[in-house]
Amino acid sequence: MTRQLLTGNVAAAWGVRLAEVDYVPAFPITPQTEIIETIAGWIDKGEMDCRMVTMDSEHSMITAAGAAVATGVRSYAATSSQGLLYGMEMLYTVAGWRTPFVLTNVSRGLSAPITLESDHNDVMAARDSGFLQIHCATCQEVVDATLMAYRLAEDKRVRVPVIVNLDGFYLSFTREPVDIPDPAKAREFLPPFDPGSLKFRAGRPLSEAVAVLGGTPYSYFRYELHLAAMGALAVYDEVAEDFARLFGRRYDAVESYRAEDADYVFVMLGSFSTKARDAVDGLREAGVAAGLVRPRLFRPFPVEALRRALAGRKGVAVIDQNLSMGKGGVLHGELLSALYGVADAPPVVAGFIGGLGGRDIGPGEFREMISVLEQAVADGETPPPRLLFSAEELRHVRKLQASAHVEREEIHRQERGDTERDET
Amino acid sequence: MSEPVIKGMKDIPSEHILGAGTALCAGCGALQALHEIYDVLGENTVFVNSAGCMTLMSVYPFTPFRGGWLYTAMASAPAGAQGVRDALDILLAKKRIAPEEDMQVAVLSGDGATYGMGLAAASCAIDRDLDFLYICYDNEGYGNTGNQTSAGTPHASRTATDTGAEGVPGYKKDLFGLWVANRPAYAATVIGAEPLDLARKVEKAKSIKGPKLILALSPCPVGWDYDPMETLEIGRLAVKTGIWPLKEFVDGKVVHTKTPHPRTPVEEYLKLQGRYAHLFSPKRNDALIDEIQSRVDAYWDAVGD
Ligand SMILES: Cc1ncc(C[n+]2csc(CCOP(=O)(O)OP(=O)(O)O)c2C)c(N)n1
Ligand code: SF4
Ligand SMILES: [Mg+2]
Repeated sequence: MTRQLLTGNVAAAWGVRLAEVDYVPAFPITPQTEIIETIAGWIDKGEMDCRMVTMDSEHSMITAAGAAVATGVRSYAATSSQGLLYGMEMLYTVAGWRTPFVLTNVSRGLSAPITLESDHNDVMAARDSGFLQIHCATCQEVVDATLMAYRLAEDKRVRVPVIVNLDGFYLSFTREPVDIPDPAKAREFLPPFDPGSLKFRAGRPLSEAVAVLGGTPYSYFRYELHLAAMGALAVYDEVAEDFARLFGRRYDAVESYRAEDADYVFVMLGSFSTKARDAVDGLREAGVAAGLVRPRLFRPFPVEALRRALAGRKGVAVIDQNLSMGKGGVLHGELLSALYGVADAPPVVAGFIGGLGGRDIGPGEFREMISVLEQAVADGETPPPRLLFSAEELRHVRKLQASAHVEREEIHRQERGDTERDET
Repeated sequence: MSEPVIKGMKDIPSEHILGAGTALCAGCGALQALHEIYDVLGENTVFVNSAGCMTLMSVYPFTPFRGGWLYTAMASAPAGAQGVRDALDILLAKKRIAPEEDMQVAVLSGDGATYGMGLAAASCAIDRDLDFLYICYDNEGYGNTGNQTSAGTPHASRTATDTGAEGVPGYKKDLFGLWVANRPAYAATVIGAEPLDLARKVEKAKSIKGPKLILALSPCPVGWDYDPMETLEIGRLAVKTGIWPLKEFVDGKVVHTKTPHPRTPVEEYLKLQGRYAHLFSPKRNDALIDEIQSRVDAYWDAVGD
């Protein structure tokens, strides 16, 4: 085991290297590109026995990754944002093929307006694709989750592809100390790729991904995929246990931080939860019993573990780094559906939207969310989803708008000036 | 390139390996071409299919294919072929399969996907020098969805989306020309009604490494609106009128493999098909018929027949 300072992207590449991936169809997109460049460098130096092909799009990339798994090799792909959406048709398709592989998504906000910075609307759009989802909060988790994702995906009881999600910039380009797992141990943890029944070979007739006629066989295969994803909950626990035994790092499906005796709990995904951790410490010092609950697994959704983690709490603030227009945060709705009708469920589960397009969530805002919860508990009424935005930010936008108006006026004036000159 | 075996009709494989009883229409010209192509390619072929009529060849739990089949989506069959080919190469290189277990990889895609949505995926597979065979069955429309106009639909024909008196205002795209500009290892046009020409070309393609592309005009009784028993005759007329030039691109040159001489007037081809009926009744549209004829004449003049 060696300890190095790695960006989240290089950590992801290490996971791929340790998984001894055979095949990487690739396509560049910020902030993911460093992953494929790192792998390409290792291949070119002969440090990794892997084939990489630069494809023409993410749609093609995901098709090629799935088709290669369907032929019997371990595959990997990585993308972000627009790329994930461009490949969306194939996410659903290859999940339906039951071709297990790992796709890293480096989260980035979606256009329009176009941005490079992070939020979770991209990965939320893949929620119902059939891919499982593991969300990482640290660079260490990225390398570890990548190895775990292969074990989970390839397990005979699962056989479903997995997205490992890390936040653009906050993780992708941030260096953290990372213990790189020992290759021999990684090999012990993750056995060689077993293609199962997936393989095209001469003399072996095999038609894959064929059409069905009617709702009955269609429903059957879709239910099978769902049941496999549900079954992945128990398999994940086994995989996490095994990982802890071999590497000494434990990754429960749901992480709890000072939540056991908390009155108020933040629930959120990904690297921004480290901000919530600091806020929890600050709040505790100020005498507020705050805690944090972070699902690592988002698909399958760890319903029981979340119910246990939140049982008996007074109020929950779900912070979504995504926005479903006309509804609110996706995680908020998911959590409510898991808690509804459950005895001991917190009476107040309020939704907050923050961190869109890389916008920070400051310590003051965490404190403010607790105040909202306290008020809601006192009133016995949960407020509608709140969009985090400060007066200072609004002033900033107003300034930008004012500059835009000035620019436009200037252009109009020049145009008018030009025509006047033309006429004379 | 190995020595060709197919020299005359008697050399064409007489055993048909594609199973019968699929959901395709009677008289399907695409199926006719596929039969002939598969017989030459042999069983050890993985077909990677894009959305279209041929997708209904394999409907759970049946399949007419003795080798492999993978349905992908409308736009990405060439990328699927890339994944399968790369995986087989990796398995061979890492000695995880024996050389005898290797298979050839073929895309099976319609004109709608090939001329449009899948064009980038195919072009970039050529750029990557992928060792595969691309088969485009060209029924000149989005057949599976009810024959709407595609970029392969010919001028003045009627489709589900061009129902006016003049039919389709646009012109069939020169896909073969686009392919050639992309410098593949091999490209050819074929038609099921000329089985010897087709078999020779598929045999040649099979013997060459790299991207090989075959464009098969595929008369479609449903979309083109004619009696299924006319498929062969319409196919022959497509060649005799010069509407469908049979040619190949090999060693950097385009060569015509059959020059119709003398050419039958295009009218003979057009009047057999309901999609051109508006050119003949209620009133004959000489302007459009002449335009179609003169375009064919200009093509062959340029070839220098
Ligand atoms: C992304 C996408 N858009 C639209 C369709 C609907 N669709 C299915 S088959 C088809 C027609 C394909 O035309 P072509 O490639 O010429 O094949 P043909 O149907 O003529 O055999 C269309 C439009 C689809 N399957 N996928
Ligand atoms: S619609 Fe045309 S191309 Fe499609 S199966 Fe029927 S005959 Fe063949
Ligand atoms: Mg078509």
